[in-house]
Parts: sequence; structure tokens; C-alpha cells
Amino acid sequence: MEIFGIPSQALFGQLLIGLINGSFYALLSLGLAVIFGLLNIINFSHGAQYMLGAFVAYLSLNKLGINYWLSLILTPLIVGATGVLIEKTMLKRLYKLDHLYGLLLTFGLALIIQGVFRHEFGSSGMPYPVPEIFQGVFNLGFMFLPKYRAWVIGVSLFVCLTTWFVIERTKLGAYLRAATENPTLVQAFGINVPRMVTLTYGFGVALAALAGVMAAPIYQVSPMMGADIIIVVFAVVVVGGMGSIMGAILTGFGLGLVEGLTKVFYPEASNTVIFVIMTIVLLLKPAGLFGTQK
Amino acid sequence: MKRNLISLAVAAACAFAGSAQAQISDGIVKIGVLNDMSGLYSDITGQGSVIAAKMAVEDYIKASKSTLKVEVVGADHQNKPDVGSNVARQWYDTEKVDMIADVPTSSVGLAIAKISADKGKLHVNSGSATADLTGKACNANTIHWAYDTWMLANGTGKAIVKSGGDTWFFLTADYAFGHALERDTEAVVLKNGGKVVGKVRTPFPTQDFSSFLLQAQASKAKIIGLANAGGDTTNSIKQAFEFGITKGGQNLAGLLVFLPDVHSLSLEKAQGLMLTETFYWDLNDQTRAFTKRFAAANGGKFPSMVQAGVYSSVIHYLKAVDAAKTDDGTKVAAKMKELPTDDPLFGKGSVRADGRKIHPAYLFEVKKPSESKGPYDYYKLVSTIPANEAFRPLSESDCPLVAKK
Repeated sequence: MEIFGIPSQALFGQLLIGLINGSFYALLSLGLAVIFGLLNIINFSHGAQYMLGAFVAYLSLNKLGINYWLSLILTPLIVGATGVLIEKTMLKRLYKLDHLYGLLLTFGLALIIQGVFRHEFGSSGMPYPVPEIFQGVFNLGFMFLPKYRAWVIGVSLFVCLTTWFVIERTKLGAYLRAATENPTLVQAFGINVPRMVTLTYGFGVALAALAGVMAAPIYQVSPMMGADIIIVVFAVVVVGGMGSIMGAILTGFGLGLVEGLTKVFYPEASNTVIFVIMTIVLLLKPAGLFGTQK
Repeated sequence: MKRNLISLAVAAACAFAGSAQAQISDGIVKIGVLNDMSGLYSDITGQGSVIAAKMAVEDYIKASKSTLKVEVVGADHQNKPDVGSNVARQWYDTEKVDMIADVPTSSVGLAIAKISADKGKLHVNSGSATADLTGKACNANTIHWAYDTWMLANGTGKAIVKSGGDTWFFLTADYAFGHALERDTEAVVLKNGGKVVGKVRTPFPTQDFSSFLLQAQASKAKIIGLANAGGDTTNSIKQAFEFGITKGGQNLAGLLVFLPDVHSLSLEKAQGLMLTETFYWDLNDQTRAFTKRFAAANGGKFPSMVQAGVYSSVIHYLKAVDAAKTDDGTKVAAKMKELPTDDPLFGKGSVRADGRKIHPAYLFEVKKPSESKGPYDYYKLVSTIPANEAFRPLSESDCPLVAKK
């Protein structure tokens, strides 16, 4: 059976690949959306923090023998801690100023982090082994799906949905959302708002680092890996609506699928199709698909 | 005020210069190494090429006792033709650069070749692959060193078709280099009785090849030809390994693979790959000696074919400058074609009328992990292609400088 001239089997394979890429977009844009939605910071160093996650995993494996499973927990904690440090020492001073200062600061940090790593490690990328339990493929009939990529989809869905649930449906999430709308009032109720803000930034950064650890076995662990993906992730967040968590998740997976389809029908455009969509969405609905006009 | 100072300085420099240098512009031979210092080709070229150029200058002056004053500068073109063109124009117009070396990324190489010809300067290219530099885009001010797509296609491509790989599917980087490599390899495949069952153009650069590899798998071609380089190639190979492509009976043909690529892939993923290069550090005592010195200056990283090409081409360039007693681009280019070459890295060769440097090429196979004695001990020599067969014959060239009408 053929759909638009492509055998349906091949098409399903491509859609599945698109879903896997969408998992990375969703994980990363979730972190960005959390940081922007709750803290109004445009975190341009998100890509560099993703790269840091991959590198910490790589270094801890090769220098300390820490395996993938431990890395999944430790690396986000370590990189999240650096995020907390950045927030406490630098970002805090910029809250009263225009959004742009936060953008400039995080952008500068990204350049520094990337430059240092590129100087140390070159740009070719380092190999990171797929954990043994995930080596091999599932034979789905229409394609071979590497077990590790199936794991990526699973983790991404789990983390995304859990985060969404916590922020939108629990008391802690309610405090967070209230604190961004009216920090003084919430503080008056006895809630430590600055600490919540710091920890939220740390959490967003930890999400980026988690995406980095998950990406290490698939893509080369390279200092440029963050720079390549961050632009696309920003487009995803803009299309989804800068403040909407669910919007970021759905758009992440959705745009991954669209990109996957483009690769089948017109591969030369697959790098740009997300931006074309972003342009259209911004013209028709500037707040994004799921965003609310503030 | 500044102008006066500069003219004064130039006059003073001329006063100190010997009569042999009276025709060297500003008394200094300035070489600009333009390449990718920060992106996917920076390990193959990058700072290493600048180091190679400086080593070449030192070695030449020491060996020949030449009185030339030579300066080497470097810059990043970020794989973008417009950025590269701007740097080249600035170098030629205001910073008195006489020759631009290296320049990977064929789209940039083609732009620099044109600018160099327009301004009467010289471009000695070691980094770009496209055979068009000595084909339809050739000019009297451009010399193409190290390698090109024709050599790669006829080295790797021919060997693979002859050993049974007769159906091909191409993954092509969607820019000048990928198109040239695909075109030249397709010609070789068809000439040797093979068939091309499909091709897909991948955006340059790309991180994730899974979708394209899936299409290659569906085509059932025996050989998946990777018409890409650097990070694109290593990602393709890594992901092909992950999707079990080779287990399903298909083989990968790395049409342009450099030593640093194999290093970052690890032998586990790269073993069995066939590739063609014109330089390998372990070929003979001279290449080994060069590599030891180069690695010491380059943080332990061994030289790639491109970096070796920069070293070799700078030495021949300086020889030609001394022989022609000028650094005028067009005259030195002609002199480089006149003088035979002999250097420790590429052996004996020559530069042809179309600007193509000729030297032997080597077909290598990547060792299995058990066969390697240490880092960078990755290749075993399968066969040597003599210099007069390795590159496109002049009779087939569409270069206007040699075309017979």
C-alpha cells in the first residue's frame, strides 16, 4: 500500500524516527518553557547545558568509571547545581531589568562554555557506548528500531508528563505559578520565593542535562551539539507558546513528526521546515499555538 | 598620519632587504591559512593547518638558507562562502596577504579560487575536495593539492565496485562538495558495470541521519555511499551501526574519510571501512618523523591528509617564490608548475598545467581493534595507485586552460 508514493511501511518507519527526534525537542523545550514560563528568563545557555550533560556523562564514564544508569541521575544533579550557581551569582541581579539582559548573559555564558570545551576536546566528537541492555534492535516488521531509541521515547514521555503534572496539578506547582505572577504576595504568605526561583532554574537546567545524557549514545558527544539543536528548540518553544508547558511538549513531538515527514518527501528542506512553521504561526497567532497573550 | 608611518616602515624594510627581495611585495611573503576553526572540519584542518604551515616555513628556511621573510596568519571561514570571501578580500586588499592556503569546504574553495584569480594573487588549496577546482572552475592562480573527488571516486569507488558492490544508494551532503563527489563516484560505478538505485540529499551539516539511513535500507542497495565528510560521515557511520544496517547485509562506503574521523569513531565502529588517502603518518620514516614533531606541537593529535598537504604545498610555494624572485601570484603559480616537487610527505610529484598536483594515492582498509597496536595505528595498506593514474587525466579535463578546441 502506498501513501503519496511512499510505501506505507517506509512511512511508518520515518514517523517513528520523527517521534524519536521529537522526544529530544520535547525534553529540551520543556526545560526552556519551564524557565521562561515560570521565571521569565530567556535561557540561551540551554544548548550549552545540554552539551554539558553529555560531556559530564562522557567524562564520568571515562575518568571515574561511572556507568550510564548512575549518570542518568548524577549528571542532571551536577549540571543542575551549576545552574543554581549561575542563578544565584549572576541571573538574580537581572530580574529587575529588561528580558534582554538575561538573554545576553545566558548567550555569553553559552559561548564561553562551548569555546572552552571546543578548545579542550576539538570538534570531532567523542564516542559514548550504548548501555548493554539496549544494544540491538526490535524487529518491527517495517523497520528495525534500535532498542535504545525506544527507551528515549519512553523516558521523554515519562519526564514530560510528570513535569507537566507537577506544575499544573499539584500544590507545589501552584505555588510556583503563583510566585511568578505575584512574588511579593506569595512571599507574604511565608513561601521562600527566591529559593523556589533558584531551584526552578536548576530544575530546568537539569532537564537539559538529562537530554544530553540521553543523547550521548546516539549523537557524537561534541562541543557543538548544543549550538546545533538550540535554535530548533527555541523555534519549538515559540510555536508552542512561550509560557505553556503542555504546548512545549506537544509541539516538540509534533514538530519532530513534521520534520521526519519532510525528510521523506523533500529532505533538502528538513532543516528549515520548523522555521517556516514558526513564521506562519507567529503571523497567525503571535502568542503561539497554546500560549496566552500576556 | 598612519599612511605616512606605514610608507616609512615599508621604505625602511626595503632598505634592509637584500637585492633578491626587491620584488617581494612589502618585503614579506605573507601566507594566510583560511579554514574551519570551530565547526565540523576543524579537527581535519583548523589550528593544525596553521601549525603545519609554520613548520613548513621553518623547515624550508633552515634547509635552503633562504633569506625570505615569511609570515603566517590564520582565520576561520565557518564553512560559509560569504564569510570566507570577506576574509579573503580583506587579506588581499588591506593586509597584504600573498597566498591563501588550505580552505576546506568546496563551496568556499571555489569562491576563494575566483577571488584570487581576480586579484592576481595565489590560492593553493589543500582542503577542498571538488575536482572542479582543476576542472571547469580552474584558473591560472589556483593550485589544487592533496586530493580531490575524482581521486576518491576512482580509488575507493572503483575498488568497491570491483569487489562486488555493484548497487549503490547515495547519502549526499547538499552542497558543492557532496554533489561533486556523488557525480564523480556515480560515473565510476556506471563505468564499471554497477547501478545507482537511489540518492538522498542531506542538509549540510546534519546531526541525525536515521531517516536517510532508513531510506537507504529500504532501497536494498548493496552499498550505501556516503558522499559527505567530517562530522556528517562519523554520524552516518555511527548511526548505521546503531540501526543494524551492516548486519542486514549492506556495506558502507566512506568516500571521504580522514584519520581524525576514524579516531573519533573508534575502530569498533570503523573497522573494515575502505578509504583512499594520499598521506598516512606510518607510511615511511619521513612521514613518521614529521608526525612526531607535528603531534608535539598539536596537543598529541596526528596530522590529517589536509594538514600534511598544507605543509607540503607551503614548502613548494616558498621554493617557487625564491626561484621566481617574486611573490606575484600568477608568476609564482607558473613557477610551481615548472618545478618538480619532492617533499618528505608526498614523495616525488609535479603540478600540472590545470593546477592539479600529482602524487601517488593509497587505498587503505581500517584495521580491526585486535590488529591495532595503539592510538592512530588504524590503517592497513591495500594497494598503491601510481601518480599518473590517481588523478583525472588531462584528456578528460574540462579546464579552459587545457581544453583542446
